[in-house]
Amino acid sequence: MNINFLDFEQPIAELQAKIEELRLVGSDTELNIGEEITKLEEKSRTLTESVFSSLSTWQMTQLARHTLRPHTFDYVEKIFTDFDEQFGDRHISAGAAIVGGTARFDGQPVMVIGHQKGRNTKENLSRNFGMPKPEEYQKALRLMQMAERFSLPIFTFIDTPGAYPGVQAEERNQSEAIARNLLEMSDLRTPIIATVIGEGGSGGALAIGVGDRLLMLQYSIYSVISPEGCASILWKSAEKASDAADALGVSADKIESLGLVDQVVPEPLGGAHRDVDAMAKTLKAVLAKELHECQAISIDTLLKQRYEKLMRYGTASEK
Amino acid sequence: MSWFKNLLPSRIRTSNASKKGVPEGLWFKCLSCSAMLYRAELQRGLLVCPKCSHHHRMAARERLNFLFDDDFEELGTDVVAVDHLKFKDSKKYKDRLSAAQKKTGETEALVVGAGKIHGLPCVVAAMEFSFMGGSMGSAVGERFVKAAEHALMHKTGLISISSSGGARMQEGLMSLFQMAKTSAAIKAMNKAGLPFISVLADPTTGGVAASFAMLGDIIIAEPKAMVGFAGPRVIEQTVREVLPEGFQRSEFLQEHGAIDMIVDRREQKATLARLLAKLTQQPEPAI
Repeated sequence: MNINFLDFEQPIAELQAKIEELRLVGSDTELNIGEEITKLEEKSRTLTESVFSSLSTWQMTQLARHTLRPHTFDYVEKIFTDFDEQFGDRHISAGAAIVGGTARFDGQPVMVIGHQKGRNTKENLSRNFGMPKPEEYQKALRLMQMAERFSLPIFTFIDTPGAYPGVQAEERNQSEAIARNLLEMSDLRTPIIATVIGEGGSGGALAIGVGDRLLMLQYSIYSVISPEGCASILWKSAEKASDAADALGVSADKIESLGLVDQVVPEPLGGAHRDVDAMAKTLKAVLAKELHECQAISIDTLLKQRYEKLMRYGTASEK
Repeated sequence: MSWFKNLLPSRIRTSNASKKGVPEGLWFKCLSCSAMLYRAELQRGLLVCPKCSHHHRMAARERLNFLFDDDFEELGTDVVAVDHLKFKDSKKYKDRLSAAQKKTGETEALVVGAGKIHGLPCVVAAMEFSFMGGSMGSAVGERFVKAAEHALMHKTGLISISSSGGARMQEGLMSLFQMAKTSAAIKAMNKAGLPFISVLADPTTGGVAASFAMLGDIIIAEPKAMVGFAGPRVIEQTVREVLPEGFQRSEFLQEHGAIDMIVDRREQKATLARLLAKLTQQPEPAI
């Protein structure tokens, strides 16, 4: 079993392995097997298309959490230039699960803030699996308020299982740190464009996700509670996570159908990790368009629209 | 009348007794010190045990009744939940909603009223924990915004009494976004220079703690209320250690600088009035 492929992708993995094998043989012998390889590649593509045309919510959840999935720094590298990482909340820590700094977007100075997961266990331990502590939300707020002072538009990239649930995080008032960001972001006098690039885990995600635009990559997820958490509470078994994912409607297409996201950004065939360059290129074009729209109107109008958008959330009916 | 109630078929019986609520009956055993208390006396004492001062959970409507001087104008009664996900686990969300409505006599987990506290006009939004764990879905969020809008329009203070397990899972992402919505409403209060006082009652956790409840100009907790972001079980599973004594209780929060003050429920009305008066430049209220 190839660990770079998810369980439902194993037939594709097998084809890919066969192609690799043929390539190795091909370089060793005089035989012309190019034709055979082309045929298999075509077959692999068709198979991938068919597998990805009918993904379940749970399969999308697995893709959103894929170990190879591009993280914030991948997009920083491919979408922005002149990035200077800025650390710390000025009181407690540098902050590794939320990263950020000034950069340029098509030459324009901007602020970039995002959750950062690790690629392996060691990296994940140092980044706390992308689960921020209160001081990291305060770091994000510090950077956002700086962006406001210097009129830098803010791009945020969401990718976290959730805010860190720990003793010290509670002592330092995780709740207030999240709440404060929600309050301040609702009225920050600079455009904010948030993109869910992987896992949008509850309040820990929302705390850098309030703004003028909310985008989701095609195979990212966004949820009020992790499917596992929901399953263990309502189904009394974490193994029902896939049922919970369905019921909660965590996938980008479902969230779009509920009108809670402005745009779903299509991913390359097989997911963002199969072609990071193509993904970054598509995303950059969308970000450019959204930023342009946000900057085409006055900041007062933008803030009014942001507030009205927040107030529209919830279809609570008036009888 | 408990023996009589047992004779009734279950659909006629009204069960007001949530696990930690105060059940019907002439006598009541304190949930903390087990003292046998005369129910009428307990109610006169705002459900605080006269022996050990344990604060029993209180229904949202009872809170409005004891805080306001007279009658209050109820707001947002027309706002009710929408099951946009057609959510179903072992039960349908719709059925859970109607069961909660039957059990509590309320239409949602937030009851909002506008009235006067010791003569000071204000809006109070109280959460009903017995209604699906006081969870915040779209209706709670919308009612909260209605409360803030009323305060903004009439230039009065806003008081919230939280008692909630957090966001309502059955409404998915829509519930999560209520955190942003309610927080934005508080920002509007801040900008208008109108006070928002947040009272934390047992328990205040998750999405309610991580939104309006922690955004009070002044945050008051009831004694020994459980307040936190993550539940203790989740934390224990994450850190794999035993949690410190009194962890996530009001006293712990005050010690760590998270809240302004801890106030006994019997002093709550007077304290709120005195604070409101100062923050709105009014003379000291006659209490």
